Amino acid sequence: MSFAVFAFYLFAVIAVVAGAFVVFARNPVHSVLWLILAFLSAGGLFVLLGAEFVAMLMLIVYVGAVAVLFLFVVMMLDVDFAELKSGMARYLPVGLLIAVVLLVQLGFAFGGWQVDETAMSLRAAVTPDPAEVSNTVALGNLLYTKYVFLFEAAGLVLLVAMIGAIVLTHRRRAGVKRQDVISQMYRDPATAVDLLDIKPGQGA
Amino acid sequence: MDGFFDTGLGIFVIILAQCLLVTVLILVSLAFLMYADRKIWAAVQIRRGPNVVGPWGLMQSFADFLKYIVKEVVVPSGADKFVFFMAPMISFITSLIVWAVVPFGDGWVISDLNVGILFIFAISSLEVYGVIMGGWASNSKYPFLGSLRSAAQMISYEVSIGLIIVGVLISTGSLNLSQIVRAQDGDFGFFSWYWLPHLPMVFLFFISALAETNRPPFDLPEAESELVAGYQVEYSSTPFLLFMIGELMAVVFMCALMSILFFGGWLSPIPGLPDGLFWMVLKMGFFFFIFSMVKAIVPRYRYDQLMRIGWKFFLPFSLAWVVIVGLMAHYGWFWGAYQRWAIGG
Repeated sequence: MSFAVFAFYLFAVIAVVAGAFVVFARNPVHSVLWLILAFLSAGGLFVLLGAEFVAMLMLIVYVGAVAVLFLFVVMMLDVDFAELKSGMARYLPVGLLIAVVLLVQLGFAFGGWQVDETAMSLRAAVTPDPAEVSNTVALGNLLYTKYVFLFEAAGLVLLVAMIGAIVLTHRRRAGVKRQDVISQMYRDPATAVDLLDIKPGQGA
Repeated sequence: MDGFFDTGLGIFVIILAQCLLVTVLILVSLAFLMYADRKIWAAVQIRRGPNVVGPWGLMQSFADFLKYIVKEVVVPSGADKFVFFMAPMISFITSLIVWAVVPFGDGWVISDLNVGILFIFAISSLEVYGVIMGGWASNSKYPFLGSLRSAAQMISYEVSIGLIIVGVLISTGSLNLSQIVRAQDGDFGFFSWYWLPHLPMVFLFFISALAETNRPPFDLPEAESELVAGYQVEYSSTPFLLFMIGELMAVVFMCALMSILFFGGWLSPIPGLPDGLFWMVLKMGFFFFIFSMVKAIVPRYRYDQLMRIGWKFFLPFSLAWVVIVGLMAHYGWFWGAYQRWAIGG
């Protein structure tokens, strides 16, 4: 067993076990931490594939941004575990039924899976030699030339989603004290400080 | 013995030895940097600073180290024990791992990754977890508030640091740290480094680095007047030591990154003098001195001011700079100062 094979099984087993614990952990914060472990091992698998750029993006985007958001939300929520678990027995059969239906559908989809005859030749055609072009360069050359419109469109979709979320949730409330930065910066002792000479016994 | 170092085991032994060498050297130099930090701070305040243990107090950090490890470990009663002890380890290990891609000299690097910069981003995004987990697992209000502040701060400034580095990457055309240094090699020594074409970003990067590493004047997670000691309140003994070393190591790493990105890494400032490790160490020491001076002379910011600078000033400015550098690099303006793909490529 070579080192790469050993590393593959190590990362794969960790990913699957961590994924299981995401579901089974009692504490939601622990679930998120297991999820992070799963992301990390997925990143390891990408490195083994030679896709170091995707591996690093996996860590930066999923671990660095998405999971931090999850963790913030989960930590802030005041979750009552007893209440969450109380309906478990009642809803279990329905949940199981849905899970079985989904599994069967997935099975059908996988059973009807066919690889296009041109797929293999397509794969061979666009692959540059890894020794000559690092995969960051290769990805950049494709993303910013051939797929530039799709790439920009994806960026726009995300921007629209972000603006939409802000517009939907942002309320400008009246009567809220705000800091006026400019006026704060232009304050000086002459206008801000008032020196009074109070005689002993006369101060109110 | 010649053949041994070509076998799998031999290569493994070599890499292990390199890692050990870098780790030990960094940890030992951290002890003296901490001493230097305190001495500089003391000098600014016209005090003597540590001067009892060893000659001129040089052994002070080692005495502190011994004190930390023999103290009792106190775990708060409601703490999540596993996460509580994981947090300082994550903080320590992540700030150690990033040194793997730092080139100390030409070819003097443990792992010469092609995605070196991305690796640094990836690991520094992990560093946030040490802080969040520590604050949450302590099961106490002050650490939790401190950790939320710290996490928000680190994430905000990571964005502007990222954009600033993108400018350097566009000039170089490579994500490899060694290539970035090589691209700064020119006929004019000091003046061919990136600090000149990327001058405004040097200041932005330095300030962002202060905020990213929670150093004063942005040490709001540890604002002792409001939050006692931020996410570290409940920590004692070795776990606290790990947090502290991790934090200091991140600071030194930022010094290294600053020297590599803008000040030519191992290159000599005067044409003709030999390049090498010496210059790299000298530059790192210089930036650490500036970090210490800032700590000594600048008053702490308010939290809303910190967030305002990060999002409303640094982010738009560094974003605009990326576009400007992109234009200048594409058209080769300023005698190709922004376009060094031939060297960096």
